[in-house]
Amino acid sequence: MSEKSENNKPVLTKKLDKFLTGLANAFRFVKRFFSEVWFPPYEFKEILRQCYEIGYRSLPLISLTGFIVGIVFTNQSRPSLSEFGATSWLPALISIAIIRAMGPLVTALIAAGKVGSSIGAEIGSMKVTEQIDAMEVSAINPFKYLVVSRTIATTLMIPILVLYTDFVALIGSFINVNQNELVSLSTFFVQVFEAVSFLDVFSSLIKSLVFGFTIGIVGCYKGYNSSNGTEGVGKAANASVVMSMFLIFIEELLALQIVNAIRYA
Amino acid sequence: MHSEDEKVVEIRGVKKSFDENHVLRGVDLDLHKGENLVVLGKSGTGKSVLIKLMVGLLKQDEGTITILGKNTNNLKLKELNKLRLKIGFAFQASALYDSMTVRENLEFPLVRNVKNLTRKEINKKVEGLLDSVGLPKTINQMPAELSGGQKKRIGIARTLILEPEIMLYDEPTAGLDPTTCIDINNLINQVKEEYNTSSIVITHDLTCAKVTGDRMAVLIDGQFQAVGTFEEVFAQATNPRIKSFYDYNFIQ
Repeated sequence: MSEKSENNKPVLTKKLDKFLTGLANAFRFVKRFFSEVWFPPYEFKEILRQCYEIGYRSLPLISLTGFIVGIVFTNQSRPSLSEFGATSWLPALISIAIIRAMGPLVTALIAAGKVGSSIGAEIGSMKVTEQIDAMEVSAINPFKYLVVSRTIATTLMIPILVLYTDFVALIGSFINVNQNELVSLSTFFVQVFEAVSFLDVFSSLIKSLVFGFTIGIVGCYKGYNSSNGTEGVGKAANASVVMSMFLIFIEELLALQIVNAIRYA
Repeated sequence: MHSEDEKVVEIRGVKKSFDENHVLRGVDLDLHKGENLVVLGKSGTGKSVLIKLMVGLLKQDEGTITILGKNTNNLKLKELNKLRLKIGFAFQASALYDSMTVRENLEFPLVRNVKNLTRKEINKKVEGLLDSVGLPKTINQMPAELSGGQKKRIGIARTLILEPEIMLYDEPTAGLDPTTCIDINNLINQVKEEYNTSSIVITHDLTCAKVTGDRMAVLIDGQFQAVGTFEEVFAQATNPRIKSFYDYNFIQ
């Protein structure tokens, strides 16, 4: 009877059911993270290994992207400022844009693509090849070993990567400004620090922590719940990236509202 | 061969369905101490589901599973984990951890579950087990560098590191060439002798069943249709599906 009524449901209702079930499962997954993260065993070795994988191994890509963002953004901003004869404001404008928004956002999006997909694929492949089951039957908590360690690592590493991206992007910007406006390194950075407030840096770091947590937990959730063999692994990796990016934009929007409310209170 | 009285596993009226697919429809089975029990059946009949229920990877819809005197229905995770340490589970695809070397694969369950072991003790145990499965040279290799047969052996060695009382083998010879199948069958018998384990071997390979099993249990349509020695089950089989199973394996 209930199976029949399930089949007779309109497509939209079925999709809504699926969405709400997914949401409930995701909520339970996050709740499990917060209930397990405080208690031993603490997987320090695995967390350090993941920090290395996530942080150090992302440096080349982050460096290149941050540097190019700094140069391109400076170059694109110059014509508008020069119309008002305000090119001397370039360091201030660029630093505010990079530290408040572009640094965290660019870093998080790159990490979602590189780290999120890799976490989704790795855990997904462990799931479909029964490696997670093998841990469970050996009385090892796979959630703690795989999910908690990776999520902590992304939460810790993304803010560090954001600071690094900010720095590299500012260097890129300086090179561009130096070539065109003949501004020295010290003058450039004096203007940068004059323009940037404590709230900018602090809010950027807090936001990055949230982005890092999102990338880690989404990658783990999608991987941990993957099925249907290798096809499922691919889907898990893809879904990790798409979902992480979507959530990062939503979080960015929320963070902007909160920080503006504090700034102009 | 085994003590009739001492049952290490008792399965009673176990049912398990996945949506509308009723896989197990009231299964009863006993495993006696020191015996190798082979569960036979076609693919998709619920053989693997049965042993996954035993270690708590799946939960039955109805019925009870008692292992070493403990009803698994009522166990909390901590108690279930204690019980799991007494059960070795050799997975069909070996389930070796891809990111770890063979040494790390074997050490992993040991260092997690046995505290205060020295490096020397861990090494001795790992090397001893690799010797006993005949693969001492693979110690620093990654799973991707091993053949299918080698992976199965390492998978069995990993389960043995915690010295289980019960071994569960899920399709131990699936996908292997005949020579490697013989090696794996011999290893299953060797494990029984050396470690004094009671085992359930899930397979659809009758050669493996004949070589390794003290008793057979044939699972058809979610229920055991025949339980007994190889001769009892197959030589005196009246059920045409059991006969056809035998004919398919030995005549083809």
